Amino acid sequence: MKNIDSGNHTTGRSIYVDDIPLVAGTLFGAAFGSPVAHGHIEHLHLADAAAHPGVVRIFTYQDITGENQIGGIIPDEPLLAEHVVDFCGMPIAFVVATSEAAAHAAVRKIKVDITPLPVITDPREAHAQGELIVPPRTFRLGDPDAAWSQCAHIIEGRADSNGQEHLYIETQAAYAIPEENEGLKIYSSTQSPTASQRAASRVLGVPMHQLEVDVIRLGGGFGGKEDQANAWVALVALAAHILRKPVKYVLHRMEDMAMTGKRHPYSTDFRLGLDKDLKFVAFEADYYQNAGAAADLSPAIMERTLFHATSTYFVPNVRATAYSCRTHLPPNTAFRGFGGPQAKFVMESAINQAAEQLGVEAEVIQKKNLNKTGDEFPYGQKAVSEARACWTRAEELYNLETLKKEVASFNAQSPMVKKGLALMPICFGISFTNTSMNQARALVHVYYDGSVKVSTGAVEMGQGVNTKMLQVAARVLSISPDKVRLQTTSTNRIANTSPTAASAAADLNGKAVQLACEAIAGRLREVAALELNATVDAIELKNEQVLLHGKPTELDWKKLVTATFLRRVSLSEHAHYATPDVHFDKRTEKGHPFAYHVYGTSINTVTVDCLRGTYTVDAVRAVHDYGQSMNPAVDRGQIEGGIVQGIGWMTMEELLYDKTGRLRSNTLSTYKVPDLYSVPAEIAIEPLQTDTDNLAIFRSKAVGEPPLMYGIGTYFALRNAIKAFNPTSPVGFDAPMTPEKVLLALYPQPTPAVTEPHEPSLSRLATH
Amino acid sequence: MIQFILNNREVSTDLPAGALLLDYIRYDQRLTGTKIGCREGDCGACTVLIGEPQQDQLRYRSFTSCLTPLANVQGKHVVTIEGINQEGLNPIQQAMVDESATQCGFCTPGFVMSLAGLCLSHHAPTPQHALAAIDGNICRCTGYKSIERAALRVAGLLADRQDTDPAEFVAQQQILPEYFAGIKARLQNLPAPNGHSNGQAAAQAIQTVGGGTDLYVQKHAEMVESANRFLLNNTGLKGITLEGTRCVIGGAATVTDMAESDVFKSHFPAFRPFLKLVSSTPIRNMATVAGNFVNASPIGDLTIIFLALDATLTLNDGVSSRTLPLRQLYQGYKTLAKTADETIARISFELPAPATRFNFEKVSKRTHLDIASVNSACVLAADGHVVTAASFSAGGVGPVPMYLPKTSAFVVGKPLTEALIQQAVAVAQTEISPISDARGTETYKRLLLGQLLKGHFLALFPHLNALELVS
Repeated sequence: MKNIDSGNHTTGRSIYVDDIPLVAGTLFGAAFGSPVAHGHIEHLHLADAAAHPGVVRIFTYQDITGENQIGGIIPDEPLLAEHVVDFCGMPIAFVVATSEAAAHAAVRKIKVDITPLPVITDPREAHAQGELIVPPRTFRLGDPDAAWSQCAHIIEGRADSNGQEHLYIETQAAYAIPEENEGLKIYSSTQSPTASQRAASRVLGVPMHQLEVDVIRLGGGFGGKEDQANAWVALVALAAHILRKPVKYVLHRMEDMAMTGKRHPYSTDFRLGLDKDLKFVAFEADYYQNAGAAADLSPAIMERTLFHATSTYFVPNVRATAYSCRTHLPPNTAFRGFGGPQAKFVMESAINQAAEQLGVEAEVIQKKNLNKTGDEFPYGQKAVSEARACWTRAEELYNLETLKKEVASFNAQSPMVKKGLALMPICFGISFTNTSMNQARALVHVYYDGSVKVSTGAVEMGQGVNTKMLQVAARVLSISPDKVRLQTTSTNRIANTSPTAASAAADLNGKAVQLACEAIAGRLREVAALELNATVDAIELKNEQVLLHGKPTELDWKKLVTATFLRRVSLSEHAHYATPDVHFDKRTEKGHPFAYHVYGTSINTVTVDCLRGTYTVDAVRAVHDYGQSMNPAVDRGQIEGGIVQGIGWMTMEELLYDKTGRLRSNTLSTYKVPDLYSVPAEIAIEPLQTDTDNLAIFRSKAVGEPPLMYGIGTYFALRNAIKAFNPTSPVGFDAPMTPEKVLLALYPQPTPAVTEPHEPSLSRLATH
Repeated sequence: MIQFILNNREVSTDLPAGALLLDYIRYDQRLTGTKIGCREGDCGACTVLIGEPQQDQLRYRSFTSCLTPLANVQGKHVVTIEGINQEGLNPIQQAMVDESATQCGFCTPGFVMSLAGLCLSHHAPTPQHALAAIDGNICRCTGYKSIERAALRVAGLLADRQDTDPAEFVAQQQILPEYFAGIKARLQNLPAPNGHSNGQAAAQAIQTVGGGTDLYVQKHAEMVESANRFLLNNTGLKGITLEGTRCVIGGAATVTDMAESDVFKSHFPAFRPFLKLVSSTPIRNMATVAGNFVNASPIGDLTIIFLALDATLTLNDGVSSRTLPLRQLYQGYKTLAKTADETIARISFELPAPATRFNFEKVSKRTHLDIASVNSACVLAADGHVVTAASFSAGGVGPVPMYLPKTSAFVVGKPLTEALIQQAVAVAQTEISPISDARGTETYKRLLLGQLLKGHFLALFPHLNALELVS
């Protein structure tokens, strides 16, 4: 089944926040962000801006009717800066005017006197100064201290991975419309309707029931609209609450890039011990996470890094410690993989360094150490592993030995162009690691004409979750998909939702839809039994027919629904689902946090132009653990998109902050995401369909985040190609592998390559 | 007042000529299928088609409406996604749906419009042209493979077109609505496209606008209201012609106009392969060659190419004309040897003789639709193994786009050897002064320019030993 939105998408009829017809009298907001990364606000000059034609009011922290606080996990993030600014772009004031142009023009007239304070951009520096968001956490398995003495080889090193801009094509947006009794209806492009509702409720000082957050769909999210959507909801809600006028704010791309957090950069020290047969004996890592200026979701992301410290491998003795370091960058946040990809990059770096030092191919070490069913993860859960199944299937299906020979013979004949190949096994845990979030609800109405409406807490952002919800309802009720419609995601219909995140939305909400539909179907069968003078057991609903002992009756779906209504039996159900069996004890750092893991292996090949340092990603060929896909078209799209996003993170996407904490890659002309020509010529995906039972909806495993991590293999394939040209290249482990890094690795230069703040960036916002 | 046809409807507006087509479409006309992604021409979510009469043909090209002033669509046909919708899905939309080429949907109308542009273009529907049609569109969800498959299907729809006029063909085949067949006639009833001003006399204009692709990025807010003079529709400044052995490019000719001109196709075929490295299809459709020069970016691709080709500019201030070599235009960072009143009326250059070789090198973070870290062009001639003429230019290595006179002179008259090239690279290092910025560190840019200079020689003289050259 195709994505149910695709007809509207291709005709331009799909509605996003900026497309909602305006309510008369709508005002437009724009935030004034701090021009410096850290400092004390001495004076805010608002008079010129306030006098700008069309300006209705300028809000500062003093206007906040509730609490000036939007921190989700930790209350450490003011909505509007009070006396101190902590990052460049931190909102200080919110202008509301009669037009968008007037609001922006007024923002440009705001001036602020700030006494600068020292700026930290490096997480290791923050750690050295004791600037931690939360206390560090350590996961342990076995006895690493004792294990080192048993290692034949000990590898020590460092790996760095940069952040990543989400670059959802629809920028952050929110639109608040006053309703009676001091209520507000807020349209938002948020992955977390409830978190946005809660943030606004706190800022306004009103109960949550006074606010509705309604999400039609997102023009992309990728984690960037999980907690980061809350500020904009709170700002428009504040203005609409005070003015009792509709207020809308759609961020300009440069505002969005400057003011919102991104994937966390990590800097990590690792130590890997192997025995003489190259089996892992011990692993230690210290992860320095660049959290930015406030917690946002950093503690949870740090936790997921620890959960994925050993990636797809089994290591019997582990000590992994993570530090969430407070710097003066915008608060970094969720991004597809949520700290997992960063951990995997470290493990693969350690393996590649071991391979180089020991003179073996990385894949030999990788394959020997893949986890098996029954192996214990450092957090206590036992693996139900498809790692080897995926790896060996990929080896056979794509003829790994042939591919390797092709690379070797090509490189032998080609002096200036080199190919590289690397394998990337993945293993990713599915569930919110905060156990309490693994719950969802669904509301299903069957109208008495037989049509069905489904509401869930899941937010549609392109991943096809609504399509899957519709499939669940149609399948459980055994009716045509045409009879089912999905509702927007509203906190009025579904309360207390978990964010659409962690790849878990289809599982959690799908199970809730399944429960709701099963309850309704059960009641329908009871009514059918009464109508047909039969026992319930003999009744079956199939393809909109009521079957008795497997044979058709005069009752069809529509007649049965009508009969049910006339018998005053409920045709609606609100169901609740909570993932069974998941638990985690943070005191012992042990438990069973994941419903299941998703596995896979990809073979990535690249070609490097060793004259220019440019490259192409030739192919990513994967065997991916689907469980049993309920929608292969949607799932394939998620995998292809994830792979390319992962390749982008590892290659061309380079976030550049200068030492003053100012974002230099602040536009689409300076921050490059993959385009049509930069994606692999071939992306092959072979499903590993398994019969193993799992907790996924219809055994169709979550597919949102895991494929991004196939992209990591690209980095190591590039490294291998570089080494083919220059075997003594000192190239380390520092992602992304931009053309600059490739060229400097091919031709090491005596002078260090340091990016200094120099040429002014494109500047038309007050934040610059 | 600006008049044009918007989809199937004649419209007129009193908005300033400098107001953006995107805002007009979305907020005046409430046609919300055209999306806002970046407002700098880098994502393609706002792509529309612009049809205009050219000779006896109606020629459609894709534009990013975020950088298109209303002045530039006077007398033309503006097509948004709403203008190609018909009963059910059209075959382009169906191909996108069938291939699951849409996920969040925000970029999708832009891709569909670009593919509609493919259907309306006179290019042969080859796979290369199909992909080139969407090279200005960014998608963050799909990873493009499904969109590629859809694009190839759309190209397949055009396989039988042969010599039929594209607008008539798509109407006949119900690929696009029937009204497209009648647009050519309807445009004749509108005032012709011509130079426009923002409501003030041209003499008082403070800003001259060509395609707008840079000005609307750099000074978005001012451009809408300021007094502007718009050149793009000035028919007197269009055209690419041959004068003896010189090629003359009009001051309002776009990059696409130039690349697709008979003069370039016949007399400078070496240029064509490099076109793909210069921005994207819609930006090339909008941007003028002269605009690239005046913008004075140190890394303008066309500027670098024409510095090597030693182009001459004709500047006109409305009263008198003078000529100036492009190599003398740049006095310092964004400082030009011309008055504010002077516009580039024409650009001329000596077409490379058959024995003369041309090459262009560019490296950027992303190979396509990106601004160079360093770029370089060269014109080289050799007699046997002796270099007889050489001209090198380099961008991204100084405050202005640079011609490299010392490097160029150094190699002339010398035998072409690997050692000579290495020495030339060393000479070039004395001519440049790169800085570290978002596009690369100084160290990198110095190294890279050397590699690109070597790249010129390796591309033009493949017998050279590459390994020896880079050792």
